[in-house]
Amino acid sequence: MSQWIDVCDIDDLQADSGICALVQGLQVAIFYQPGLQAIYAIGNYDPFSQTNVLSRGMIGDIAGEPMLASPMYKQHFYLRTGICAEDKDVSVPVYPVRIDNGRVAIKATSMRLETPLTLAAETE
Amino acid sequence: MNTKQTLVVIGNGMVGQHFLAGLVNSTAKEQYRIVTFCEEPRAAYDRVHLSEYFAGKTAADLSLVADGFFEEHGIEIYLGDKAATIDRERKQVTSANGVVVDYDKLVLATGSYPFVPPVPGHERPQCLVYRTIEDLEAMKTAAAKSKVGVVIGGGLLGLEAAKALKDLGLDTHVVEFAPRLMAVQLDDGGGAMLKQKIEALDVKVHLNKNTTLIDDGVECLHKMNFADGAVLETDMILFSAGIRPRDDIARGCGLEVGPRGGIVIDNQCRTSDSNIYAIGECALWNGQIFGLVAPGYAMARCVVADLAGDVGSFTGADMSTKLKLMGVDVASIGDAHARTQGALVYTYQNGSSEIYKRLVVSQDKKRLLGAVLVGEASGYSTLLQYCLNGIELPDNPDALILPQRSDASVGLGPDALPASAQICSCYDVSKGSICSAIEAGCCSVGDLKAQTKAGTGCGGCSALLKSVLDSELTKLGVEVNTDICEHFPHTRQDLYNLVMVGEIKTFDELLEKHGKGLGCEVCKQAVGSILASYWNDYILEKQHIGLQDTNDTFLANIQKDGTYSVVPRIAGGEINPDMLIALGQVGKKYQLYTKITGGQRVDLFGARLEQLPVIWQELIDAGFESGHAYGKSLRTVKSCVGSSWCRYGVDDSVGLAIELENRYKGLRAPHKIKFAVSGCTRECAEAQGKDIGVIATENGWNLYVCGNGGMKPRHADLFATNLDKDTLIKYIDRILIFYIRTADRMQRTSVWMENMEGGLDYLKSVILDDRLGLGEQLEQQMQRVVETYQCEWKTTLADDNRLKRFRHFVNSEQGDDNVVFVEERGQIRPADPMERKHFKLIEEAA
Ligand code: SRM
Ligand SMILES: Cc1cc2nc3c(=O)[nH]c(=O)nc-3n(C[C@H](O)[C@H](O)[C@H](O)COP(=O)(O)OP(=O)(O)OC[C@H]3O[C@@H](n4cnc5c(N)ncnc54)[C@H](O)[C@@H]3O)c2cc1C
Ligand code: SF4
Ligand code: FES
Repeated sequence: MSQWIDVCDIDDLQADSGICALVQGLQVAIFYQPGLQAIYAIGNYDPFSQTNVLSRGMIGDIAGEPMLASPMYKQHFYLRTGICAEDKDVSVPVYPVRIDNGRVAIKATSMRLETPLTLAAETE
Repeated sequence: MNTKQTLVVIGNGMVGQHFLAGLVNSTAKEQYRIVTFCEEPRAAYDRVHLSEYFAGKTAADLSLVADGFFEEHGIEIYLGDKAATIDRERKQVTSANGVVVDYDKLVLATGSYPFVPPVPGHERPQCLVYRTIEDLEAMKTAAAKSKVGVVIGGGLLGLEAAKALKDLGLDTHVVEFAPRLMAVQLDDGGGAMLKQKIEALDVKVHLNKNTTLIDDGVECLHKMNFADGAVLETDMILFSAGIRPRDDIARGCGLEVGPRGGIVIDNQCRTSDSNIYAIGECALWNGQIFGLVAPGYAMARCVVADLAGDVGSFTGADMSTKLKLMGVDVASIGDAHARTQGALVYTYQNGSSEIYKRLVVSQDKKRLLGAVLVGEASGYSTLLQYCLNGIELPDNPDALILPQRSDASVGLGPDALPASAQICSCYDVSKGSICSAIEAGCCSVGDLKAQTKAGTGCGGCSALLKSVLDSELTKLGVEVNTDICEHFPHTRQDLYNLVMVGEIKTFDELLEKHGKGLGCEVCKQAVGSILASYWNDYILEKQHIGLQDTNDTFLANIQKDGTYSVVPRIAGGEINPDMLIALGQVGKKYQLYTKITGGQRVDLFGARLEQLPVIWQELIDAGFESGHAYGKSLRTVKSCVGSSWCRYGVDDSVGLAIELENRYKGLRAPHKIKFAVSGCTRECAEAQGKDIGVIATENGWNLYVCGNGGMKPRHADLFATNLDKDTLIKYIDRILIFYIRTADRMQRTSVWMENMEGGLDYLKSVILDDRLGLGEQLEQQMQRVVETYQCEWKTTLADDNRLKRFRHFVNSEQGDDNVVFVEERGQIRPADPMERKHFKLIEEAA
């Protein structure tokens, strides 16, 4: 069953930048570009540095495709697909997000299934 | 009087010329008068790229000899004259034109000739070979009169020749005696795939064809008759059935040659006569002829070393090749035929996209022995490096050729290669020498080619060369393209001027007027810094906040675990006990890791995002302010204790350091700026290692500029001497603003000055003599920055809206459960991933 989960007020978003929300136990990074009426939600976990920091990265585009640069080691993740531009085998989860009546909501569907992706190389 | 010995070189082809070029750069040069015979009408040219002659390159373009080379080095060259005989008794060479030269040492570099099978009819008109510029001219003439062309021989060269015929507009055929193309390099599977691809390009391939007779054709000039009864009509024929070493002159004087030709040489490239060397395609080493240019070059280097009295040896060469034939990628590495005992083979074949790959791996699956790639050879460099350097293979070697993992993802990054790894085999250039060239200032593939010659042979290494270059440049923090990024076709300097001239105040405005797209972390930060330098607005204004990287956004330095460090300013490194205690109390209260930095201040580590405001509130209450450790801005002004205490001090270095630090604090720049002030020439503050260094003398202050430590230390230059304080500050104002206006992104002052035309002298003329008439403007701009200084932390703490950002979750008071500390030497440190897991397990169990 899919369900929109209310997260925060539109005023809590940071224009042209990101914030992090806790949604059903998972960390979700939400980026907002009021000028373009665009909003994106991806996992907050950076698989490269293994830290929860993606919401603190800078956004922009690569050849027109919206992206986020990790604040740690500067890998780029496409905001629409979560795929890493430097290493297509690595990606972060992407979540449906909407603004409705001034409130920001994330869709719950696949939430519990998607755990943050870690690099294959992570030590065991 | 003439004590020089005579060295004669027979043959001025690729290898002969490489030998001469090496010789004139060696100490051996002085010992010899050098004479060379060149049979062809022109000195050495690039045979490897011969086919480009058809694409419009001229003989001059292909030349391998720099203008005036022979004259400059006093080399006597006999062009168009063939050495005919060698008299070893008399040590004399006689040429076809009758020139006689006595030699002490002789080098044979006669190359090889195309083998033409003795098929009856092979001497008919328009039956040609492919070796020299004259051959190509003959081909052009013949092709103009022809409709159909045949290449006999489906090896490397034959396929290249077929491409040439195709490009000349002929209906092209390749006739091969063996059952597959490129029989030497490829296995059956690879050969079959290659055939398919070549045929797709409308070149007809005939395998297993033994030509028995060439006679008159009906439709065309010739008719080729094959042993199996088939026939093929054609107007011209190119023989490319292999090469044979040109050893006739060696045979003539009784030097040892191999049973199938080739002048026998030892590991020093000496023939059976120790005064005579043989190098290149005419030489036979260990029963082997090398039909590639790289081994020939290696032999040439070996002889140069031997003549110079160094130890040189030639011990075989790698025969791996990568080709782009008619747009088809083909590569063969090492033991492609899996002849090594116990070798294991992995094959990947994709019929629909016509890709064939084969890996040959040692019995223990640890080493790569060989490989064949057809249709997709992007993995060539990586595989070659595995093979040549004996790098241990990943657990599943087949991953290296399987498609779902691209070559890039399993590729050995250039960083994985040892410094000894050979990047360019043509010129034997190691990764180490490429790195040194980059450190010495090469910053493009062009520079590297010029400097090291890497990549100027077969070109097969250029991709790897580029990746080494990029990786090294990145490590050195150098920008490659001068455009700042894809969003602005401008350099940082351009953007600065655009901001200044257009009075632009926001990133959006600049992007709209001069850029495209949405921007990225590169241009946003650069513009953020420019706007901050020029307008000195609070960097966390709404319109600027998206331009700041995490460090500037949170006014703290991010650490490996996502926590931050806190660095309050301690101007000049001077701190009283109360302040020290206050620092200690904050560190203790918030359980931060504390350390004295290399910049004479204290760093407090391990603050969580949500703790930063409270920590800073306490610090500010205690009288501290932001240390800007997070910004590309003034860091610290180091001081030594100076005349107040030190028995040698001649002036108050601490006082000046504090004054300078307070003047320039908060100033945003293309990179960080560091200062130091020493109280005497003993230089305890290391001022000559700083962007701005000041040293006290009996007569005033000496100013040093553009030094730094870090990755590439540079000693600062003395800029002006015996200055009074006001003049000193005036000069520093000017230098810094001039730097901010004209430097590239992430360029320290040292690199900025070194890249400036005119260098130090020019900078002096701008600052000291005010050559551009900018002095006053520069000072005014600095004054504005000084007057608008604000402690960013103070401003932030006063604004509830800003503080909203300092929490991990927008919708929860919780912290990040991924941040875990463990204790070490009585303080905290981030848990490593193993410890972190363990910690989480305990927590869950509890
Ligand atoms: C804390 C400190 C090491 C220490 O424990 O002593 C340090 C720590 C860092 N240095 Fe440094 N450097 C520190 C003194 C130095 C010094 C010594 C000095 O200043 O006398 C140098 C060499 C001198 C110089 O810069 O000319 C130094 C050369 C670098 C470099 C190389 C700069 C270069 O031009 O090559 C970097 C990389 C960069 O800036 O791009 C760097 C970058 C860094 C960064 C910012 C790396 C990062 O992005 O995380 C480190 C984070 C600091 C933090 O979290 O607070 N740090 N770093 C020192 C802080 C000094 C201070 O009080 O502000
Ligand atoms: C079309 C083509 C493409 C090639 N592509 C590649 C490639 O991609 N990669 C690669 O590694 N190799 C390639 N090669 C092979 C490469 O060109 C040779 O390995 C290289 O030229 C060998 O150099 P060398 O000096 O031994 O012989 P050469 O370059 O042939 O030079 C020998 C010279 O000596 C002269 N000479 C001979 N006898 C005498 C005498 N008695 N007196 C005076 N002069 C004499 C000859 O006329 C000739 O000029 C290619 C060759 C051709 C023809
Ligand atoms: S030297 Fe390297 S590890 Fe040490 S503080 Fe500087 S950047 Fe960090
Ligand atoms: S390997 Fe041939 S040019 Fe470098």
